[in-house]
Amino acid sequence: MSILIDRDSRVVVQGITGNEGRFHTRAMLHYGTRIVGGVTPGKGGQRVEGIPVYDTVGEAVRNNSVDTSIMFVPAANALSAAFEAIDAGIKTLVVITESIPQKDAIEFIAKADRAGTVVVGPNAPGVINPGARIHVGVMPVHVFRPGVIGMVSRSGTLTYEIAWHVSNADLGQSTCIGIGGDAIVGLDFIKILDMFRDEEDTKGVVIIGEIGGNAEELAAQYIRETNYPKPVVAYVAGRFAPPEKRMGHAGAIIMGNSGTAKSKIDAFVDAGIPVAEKPSKVAELLKTLVKK
Amino acid sequence: MKLFEFEAKNILRKYGVVTPKGDIAKSLAEAERIARKIGKPVVLKAQVVVSSRGKSGGIIFVNDVTAAREAAVDLIGSTIKGSIVRSLLVEERVNVAEEFYASVTIDRQARRYIVLGSTTGGIDIEQVALASPDRITRHWVDPAVGFSQSMAESMVVKFSNLDKHDSVEFASILHTLHSIAMDYDAELVEINPLAKTDAGQFIAVDARITIDDNALFRHPEFQERSLVTAGDSPWEAKAKQENLTYVDLDGNIGIIGNGAGLVMATLDLVYLSGGRPANFLDVGGGAGPGVVKRAVELVISKPEVAAILVNILGGVTRCDLVAQGIIEGFNESTARKHVVVRLMGTNEDEGAHILHRAGIHTHSSMEEAVREVLKFVS
Repeated sequence: MSILIDRDSRVVVQGITGNEGRFHTRAMLHYGTRIVGGVTPGKGGQRVEGIPVYDTVGEAVRNNSVDTSIMFVPAANALSAAFEAIDAGIKTLVVITESIPQKDAIEFIAKADRAGTVVVGPNAPGVINPGARIHVGVMPVHVFRPGVIGMVSRSGTLTYEIAWHVSNADLGQSTCIGIGGDAIVGLDFIKILDMFRDEEDTKGVVIIGEIGGNAEELAAQYIRETNYPKPVVAYVAGRFAPPEKRMGHAGAIIMGNSGTAKSKIDAFVDAGIPVAEKPSKVAELLKTLVKK
Repeated sequence: MKLFEFEAKNILRKYGVVTPKGDIAKSLAEAERIARKIGKPVVLKAQVVVSSRGKSGGIIFVNDVTAAREAAVDLIGSTIKGSIVRSLLVEERVNVAEEFYASVTIDRQARRYIVLGSTTGGIDIEQVALASPDRITRHWVDPAVGFSQSMAESMVVKFSNLDKHDSVEFASILHTLHSIAMDYDAELVEINPLAKTDAGQFIAVDARITIDDNALFRHPEFQERSLVTAGDSPWEAKAKQENLTYVDLDGNIGIIGNGAGLVMATLDLVYLSGGRPANFLDVGGGAGPGVVKRAVELVISKPEVAAILVNILGGVTRCDLVAQGIIEGFNESTARKHVVVRLMGTNEDEGAHILHRAGIHTHSSMEEAVREVLKFVS
C-alpha cells in the first residue's frame, strides 16, 4: 500500500523546459519515477530528456492517461497552470513554485477541493516513496531508505536532515511528504495523518512543524481525539524565533501570541506526543516507540 | 508589506470610505499649517507601522495650533519601538458616539479570506472574541462565489442594536474592505476603530493594510518602497538590498544555512547549547557561490559577530559551490573571524576539499559543528 503516489503513478511536469524543470525531471527519471510528459505552452513537440513536451496539460493527459502533475512554473503563472491541471482531471498536483500570491493559492486550492484534486504545496519539496522508488519532488533522494516511518513536514532541508537520521537508525521511510512553507497550503498535517492511519507500511509517524499558524496544534488535537493508532514523534523549529519576523518561509511568522513554538510543543506534549529537542533526537525517540 | 496609516486611508477614501479630515506632515511648518487649516482640535499620529503605537506615545491629542506645533516637535525624528518617525498624520478629532470594528484577513487553516465585523471597536479584536463573542460576526468567503453587499448585510443581522440605516452602512464598509483586499492582494485590511460620530456618520479613525509580499509584482506602486520597510534594522535593510533572507538577532554567532527550517533548527540548537545567534540567514535552495559570498560578507561585517557557523545540507544545493562562495566571501572581507562549516550531501567531498586547502575545518554532523563554534565564543 502507499499514499498519494505509487508505482503506477503517471506524472506530467509543468514547466519542463525551464532550468529547474529540466534538472529535476532528469533526477526523478533516474530515481524511477514514471514521467510520461512535460508541458510548456508554445513548446509542444519538443523533447526534454526524451520526454515529449505538450502545449497543455489536457493534451498530455489525452495522450498518456496522466494522474499526477508536478509544477515548476513561475509564480505569476501558477494560478492558470494549476487551473489547467485541475481541469484536465489531474488527481495529485505537487506545486514546487515559491512565492505564489496567497490570493491565487486560495483560489486554486478551492477549485481543487471542488474537483477532488489533492494539492501538495505550494512552496513544497514534494513526495517520495523510497520503497516504490518514486519521487515527485526536488528532494535529495540519497538521504532516504525504504522503511516504516511516515514523515510529514513544512520544511525542505530540515526534513532531509531528520530523514537522514531516520535512515541511519535503520528505520527508513514509507512515504515522506513536504507540505510546503507557505501560510496557505493544500494538504495539511491532519489529512496526511489520516492517510497514514491505516496504511500498513507505516508503523510510526514524524511531524516536522515550525512557528506560524496553528496546524501543529490542530494535528495534536486530532491525534488525541481520534486515538491515533500509531506512535507519533514531533519536532518544532523556531523555539527562539523573534515575534513579527518572517523566518524564511512565508508561513513561519509569530503574530502576537499566536504561532509560537511553545504553543505547538505544549499541544503535542498534552496529546502525549514526544517532542524531540534536536533533529537527531527524532530517530532516537522513534527507535524506542516503533516496532518493525 | 505593511502600509502606513495615511496610505491605507488614501486607499479607503478612493473606495468611498470616509476618513477624518487631515493631511500628512513631514516638518513642523507643515504640521502647523495643516492644524491651522483644520481650525479645530487635532490629533497628531506618528507614521510608523509598529503595533500599539498609541501606548508608546505615538499619538498626541491637542486643542490648538501652538500645542500642535509642540507635539510635532516631540514626534518628528523620534523613535518609536525602533522605527524613526519621518512623517505625521495631522487630523481633525472625531466626536465618537460609538466604536465598531471591521476587517478582512486570511484564515490560514480554512484557506479562505475571512470578513470580520464587531460592534465593539477600539481594542484588540482577539480580546473581543474572548470576552464577548456574540458581538462579532464572521464570514468565510468562498472564492468561487465572492462576497456581495447582501452577504455583508446578512452578516450584520445578528447585531439587533443597529437600526436599518446603520446596518446597511456597516455592511457596505465590510463589502468595501473585501473589494480592497481583492484589488490590492491584501492579507489584512482593517478599520479599528470604525467610529460612528455624533452626527451618525461612519468614519475610519484608524486603518491598517498589509499587502502580500508575494503579490507585489502586481502592484508596482509599492514594489520599490518595499525595499525599505519601516521596522527593519540597518542589517536587515542591507540584506534586503542584497536579496538575502535575513533576520537580526542579538547574539555573537553568525548563522548561515540553506532552507528556512534548517536554519531555524540551527538557531534553536545553538541556543539550547548555551550560545547566542547573531542572525538568521537562509541562502535558499540551489545557492551558487555569489549568494554565499554575499551572505558571508554581510555576516562577517557585523561587529558583534565573533564566529560564524555555516550549515549546509546539499540537495539541489551543491556543497562545492557553497565552499567556493565561503572562500570568496572571506577573501573579500577585511574582518578576520572564526568559521565552522557543516557540509552534507551533494558534492560534500569536493566542498570539504576546497575548504580544507584554505585551512577551514568541516563537519558532517550539525550537532558537532554547533559544539565546535561554541568553543570560539566562550
